[in-house]
Amino acid sequence: MVTTESEQMAYIAAQAADARVNVEVETDEGMTLNLGPQHPATHGTLRIVAKLDGEKVVAAEPIMGYMHRGYEKLTEVRTYPQVTTLVNRIDWLGSFANEVPFILAAEQLMEVEAPPRAQWIRTVLFELSRIANISLFLGDMAVQVGATTPVFYAFRDREFVLNQIERVTGGRFHPNFDRIGGLKDDLPKGWIEETGTVIGKMRDFCDEMEELVLGNEIFQARTRGIGVIPPEVALSYGLSGANLRGSGVDWDIRRDANVGLVYDEVDWKVWTHPDGDSFSRFWVRLQETREACNIIEQLLGGIPAGPIMAKVPRIIKVPAGEAYVATENPLGEMGFYVVSQGDLTPFRVKIRSASFSNMSITPWLLKGVFVPDIISILASLYFILGDIDR
Amino acid sequence: MGLVESGKIPKPLTKLLNMSRRYSMWVYQWGLACCAIEMGAAFASPRYDVMRLGVIPLPASPRQADFLVVSGTVTDKMAPAVRRLWEQMPDPKYVISMGSCANCGGPYWDSYSVTKGVDQIIPVDVYVPGCPPRPEALLEGIVLLQERIMNEDMAERWKGDPIVVE
Repeated sequence: MVTTESEQMAYIAAQAADARVNVEVETDEGMTLNLGPQHPATHGTLRIVAKLDGEKVVAAEPIMGYMHRGYEKLTEVRTYPQVTTLVNRIDWLGSFANEVPFILAAEQLMEVEAPPRAQWIRTVLFELSRIANISLFLGDMAVQVGATTPVFYAFRDREFVLNQIERVTGGRFHPNFDRIGGLKDDLPKGWIEETGTVIGKMRDFCDEMEELVLGNEIFQARTRGIGVIPPEVALSYGLSGANLRGSGVDWDIRRDANVGLVYDEVDWKVWTHPDGDSFSRFWVRLQETREACNIIEQLLGGIPAGPIMAKVPRIIKVPAGEAYVATENPLGEMGFYVVSQGDLTPFRVKIRSASFSNMSITPWLLKGVFVPDIISILASLYFILGDIDR
Repeated sequence: MGLVESGKIPKPLTKLLNMSRRYSMWVYQWGLACCAIEMGAAFASPRYDVMRLGVIPLPASPRQADFLVVSGTVTDKMAPAVRRLWEQMPDPKYVISMGSCANCGGPYWDSYSVTKGVDQIIPVDVYVPGCPPRPEALLEGIVLLQERIMNEDMAERWKGDPIVVE
């Protein structure tokens, strides 16, 4: 094959880079294990470089950025309504939940408040996306410790929730349904009753998962006492969401610092588990799915009548100022710090995503564990790559 | 066999071989972003179930795969790995690009870190549009790829540079 000189040079450079890595691996003490960037068990494109001593991990380092798409820079050239399309895709499993904090921050700057009906429907959709997100985790966690069946059940039952989201918003995955000052559309006819049935199905799914996975001896052996995070370490690394509650810290933004959603109207409970191991994180998420079912059921019974949009100008210009709004997303605290200079587009948006902080604990947590436990610990931390790299 | 290399392969035999290849494809899934979940729904969920089309998901390595589904955003940092995995696949190999990001950059068309289209680094046979495409759309893409394989002239496809063993 005839190649140009530049192609040849590029080939030589690539080979040399490979050789350098190999030399580093061979001359170092112990062995270096490279997981990813394409690995079936890393939830996308995370790469973990672990130094091993026998079967034990001496040091592990996550290498991120394979999914960096430049959200924070892109928001500077998109108008406010366009930004929701982007932020949908940060945590792609619970898309609707990503829009809410951004919209709430923009509403705070504009001093608009969504009418009560919109707030209620927002909360229902928020919790539905939580179920859509966590149900996949419940199946996936079982896959990582060697059971294949639960993930099929998770995909099967998740479809019901996606159907309900699709019926309201028109999008299975990325609804882009939230507007500054309310919602795009009202609920379709008969949606409330159908969602009630779906909630029943998801309750059955949770029971099924509990029987199938939690009680399983192998599952317990692989997760109990593995990857223990003490509460003070969890707090110092800035963990949030179920990872923090799995360590016994009673902390939930929905209850403690609720903005703009109607969690005060319903009777619900924050679940915690004192152990802090992989098992407790799974257990907390399972209970949270049930709690989300409870919240939705209570909300469906009392959605108030009225308009779904407040009065907002046709062309949205957000007055100058700064606002930070955080919500308890399926993965943990997601916050948007929006700085506006009175333009059509935000001046700067800082995204505080849950997975990035949850991920930061891995070098500490993976030290001293065995190689198979890397996978189960990573699975139990539950991150989404778009949420880490943004 | 010698027949294929000679370029004079009889039509019925071509048809038979193409049909066998069409219904026994192993797919290597390159799940990158949101589309990976829809691909998972198409491949691993009982509702969509790709195996009824004669496609077997989840081979252990790209060396066993017949076609590749690139689903999601290919970033500049990821692009060398995509190329490398594609190079590891044995010929004949096919690529389905799933979703707007892999097709052309999608919502990140002006991002500084995203490769605008996976076809800049590897040849693509079927583009599936959508953001993300529904699982049905991916299944249709697979059916289109199967039709393409069915109508392929094997002698033409494999008429490359001769391999010389010294």
